[in-house]
Amino acid sequence: MQRIGVFVCWCGSNIAGTVDVHAVAEALKTEPGVVFSTDYQYMCSQAGQNIIKDAIRDYRLTGVVVCSCSPRMHEVTFRKTASQAGLNPYMVEIANIREQCSWVHKDVPTGTEKAIILGRAAVAKVNLNAPLTPGESLVIKRALVIGGGIAGIQTALDIADAGFPVDIVEKQPTIGGKMAQLDKTFPTLDCAACILTPKMVDAAQNENIRILSYSEVEKVGGFVGNFEVTIRKKARYVKEDICTGCGACVEKCPMKKVPNEFNLGMDNRRAVYIPFAQAVPKVATIDPNYCNMLKNGKCGLCARVCTAGAIDYTQKDELITEKYGAIVVATGYNPISLDKFDEFAYNQSKDVISSLEFERLTNAAGPTAGKLVRPSDGKHPHTIVFVQCVGSRCDACAEKGKEYCSKICCMYTAKHAMLTRDKYPDTEVYVFYIDVRTPGKNFDEFYRRAVEEYGVHYVKGMVGKVSPEGDTLKVQASDLISGKQLHIDADLVVLAAAIEPDASARPLATMLTASMDTNDFFTEAHPKLRPVESPTAGVFLSGACQGPKDIPETVSQAGAAASKVIGLLVKDKLTTNPCVAQSNELMCNGCSSCELVCPYGAITYIDKEFRMPDRSIQIRRVAQVNPAVCQGCGACTVACPSGAMDLNGFKSEQIIAEVDAICR
Amino acid sequence: MNNRQKQEEILRISGVNARKCMKCGKCSATCPAYDEMEYHPHEFVYMVETGDIDRLMASQSLYKCLSCFACVDRCPRGVQPFKLIEAVRLMNIRKQGNNHMTANDIPSILDDDMPQQAIVSAFRKYTK
Amino acid sequence: MPVNGYKPLIVAFCCNWCSYAGADLAGNNRLNYPADVKIIRVPCSCRVNPMFVLRAFQRGADGVIICGCHPGDCHYTSGNYFTRRRMALLFSMLDYLGIERERTRVEWVSAAEGAKFAATMNDFAETVASLGENKRLEDLRCKK
Repeated sequence: MQRIGVFVCWCGSNIAGTVDVHAVAEALKTEPGVVFSTDYQYMCSQAGQNIIKDAIRDYRLTGVVVCSCSPRMHEVTFRKTASQAGLNPYMVEIANIREQCSWVHKDVPTGTEKAIILGRAAVAKVNLNAPLTPGESLVIKRALVIGGGIAGIQTALDIADAGFPVDIVEKQPTIGGKMAQLDKTFPTLDCAACILTPKMVDAAQNENIRILSYSEVEKVGGFVGNFEVTIRKKARYVKEDICTGCGACVEKCPMKKVPNEFNLGMDNRRAVYIPFAQAVPKVATIDPNYCNMLKNGKCGLCARVCTAGAIDYTQKDELITEKYGAIVVATGYNPISLDKFDEFAYNQSKDVISSLEFERLTNAAGPTAGKLVRPSDGKHPHTIVFVQCVGSRCDACAEKGKEYCSKICCMYTAKHAMLTRDKYPDTEVYVFYIDVRTPGKNFDEFYRRAVEEYGVHYVKGMVGKVSPEGDTLKVQASDLISGKQLHIDADLVVLAAAIEPDASARPLATMLTASMDTNDFFTEAHPKLRPVESPTAGVFLSGACQGPKDIPETVSQAGAAASKVIGLLVKDKLTTNPCVAQSNELMCNGCSSCELVCPYGAITYIDKEFRMPDRSIQIRRVAQVNPAVCQGCGACTVACPSGAMDLNGFKSEQIIAEVDAICR
Repeated sequence: MNNRQKQEEILRISGVNARKCMKCGKCSATCPAYDEMEYHPHEFVYMVETGDIDRLMASQSLYKCLSCFACVDRCPRGVQPFKLIEAVRLMNIRKQGNNHMTANDIPSILDDDMPQQAIVSAFRKYTK
Repeated sequence: MPVNGYKPLIVAFCCNWCSYAGADLAGNNRLNYPADVKIIRVPCSCRVNPMFVLRAFQRGADGVIICGCHPGDCHYTSGNYFTRRRMALLFSMLDYLGIERERTRVEWVSAAEGAKFAATMNDFAETVASLGENKRLEDLRCKK
């Protein structure tokens, strides 16, 4: 028989507001096995934990039930408390009477009644708990960073600095990501390339970092400390280790009409290309969709001009399999497609552009060498209208926009407006806003400068319609403060498109078994306290794949993710979850049902000798679970026809006891 | 009917949740009849939300609305300002609490050129 | 949702990674649902042995709902697919035994869907309450 202590937490008024905590403690006193029961204001506080420790010693408790918040919140805390007092931590169970009782029910009698029943179920479970000891597994001291934007680069640099080898997987031919496409960065207006490219070079030269560009993750197996990842290195038809990046092939390539995705299709590149001058690795890539040699077997010019002999038309995709201790997701974001916004005439006029296109237009390395001109006729625009929240905060139509605020648009639009007024003072700049959201260090000052020093016209209201008429764009908008409808003849309209997670994130999340929210952003383990960890152990989040973020925030999150990875990789061994499946060899009939359903391949069969009562030896085939590989899902327990398989911590008899306690 | 009841009735008829409005003004920006109106689509929504019903019901702006649905189509929050306007119009029609049309009136107004559908919808609209 | 003062007894099995977290989120957002719903935490919806469902009915439960991650999102990759198949089979057997289909349900609730969790529980509790008490499998010897 267990000696169980029950500890009911008030959680201030969070629980005590709708649950009569004294009554709960009193009612649970009479449950089988309970020898002690009390309540306290904050069980998770030092004083509360001391009450538990003292009770464990004074009453020689063998089991503890804490009626408090969700076990996802404080189960670890209370298990630690128990083990400090000498009790096996797995003898602690939590009855969730906050999230699943006091917060969702309004009146005290109902809340109290339910809390007692939940407490009763927990007591019934503890009565059948058995002490468990965690096992150990080895940690492979190598990290994988998926995505080579600023988030991935910073994470990789920080991990490499601590002395651990890191691989960066980037699906584009170069690392750098979105930041490489930007012109200036707010709020200090330093040039993006000047602060990013040194980091890219650092990453390339760091002996702990291996950059796998033009590659994608194909398969992920294993578990924290011991992931096995298959990476597809796509054929670039250029030998990476021989190519010097001289660009002779690019100059000679006759296929000149390939839309340049780095400049968002605003100019053309060749079929063999280096995305931009500072690309890392600076290696040419042949685009198989456009290369004549690869498509028709005619041409071969690039191979002839390459003095290094790096061109290889026969190259094939290569599969690399590597083991990693930790994985960081840094897949970043993309602006949404504006095709559905007919009212802004994005598809009808070349002079209606997205903010990222504007960024390329003003970039010295962009298609116009930094001269701000209209894409349609190359003329200098005199009136520019910026429209904010295009597709952001839009919940009317899911295929058109996104419900959330994209966070970065207010600041980059202020930057665009300010830079335009600075370079071309003869330009009239209008910014239409719903709200200007500038929380951040020196952010609001920056926006005010755009208004006060640079004379940008900020108009509270939204643009309703843009119609191209001849050379001009007729903009119809509302000015809510003066109560007028404005009609502006604009030369250029810039749409601040909402941002969305990269399309590769969803299949990746499935491979990693990491969870995502409804917008396809990765979910963090806890929104406040564990912002860079995914709920899946060993998978960490960096940058905009977790939510819209600006560069300063991305870099700090990247550093945080790196520190979590380092914290994991410095350990030689990890303690494994003891709540794993266990088979009773005497009951196992060797049918293989469990082996077939196990998603991890944790179950194997061995032939084992059994000594029978008559002293004869019988050899039987029985299941064996590898506790380091088993993740404790319990699929096998249900598949087992003889009932030999059970799950520690969630034994069948424990769950049945809970059912019985609830249905009493 | 007091003010609050009127507000609830308008919201009920229209099926609109006025609280969803985030005051961006895109409805008014897109409205082709803006210049004709005293109150504009975003103000309609705001007036219903804050319960300023009587002024709204008395306004001629209601009848300037062309029912073009541009505000419904472009509202990023799915507020559907036009439906509110239509609901306020209906409130005005139903306000007196009497039937503007009864079944007995129909035979006298029947004529060959008038589509049946028009009579049916008029009957529905003007009958309490 | 009391109908004629009768309150149903509903057992909800929630997987630790999605639905239990969804239930927590419903709590965080203070979304009400009937107190008749009592949640049992399991590591994965595939841990729910059909025996547990039968046991609940035997002990007088009026409805049993099993919540797991959305298909494709299972923390253990494929557990919820097992749940879907097993429960389809079990529920049709229960139907044969005279336990109405509406008393049993499998729902997918992700960790981000607190609102869906509350709405599902409200709906399920209402459905079960409208069916009235469930006595077909109840074992009176189990009652004190």
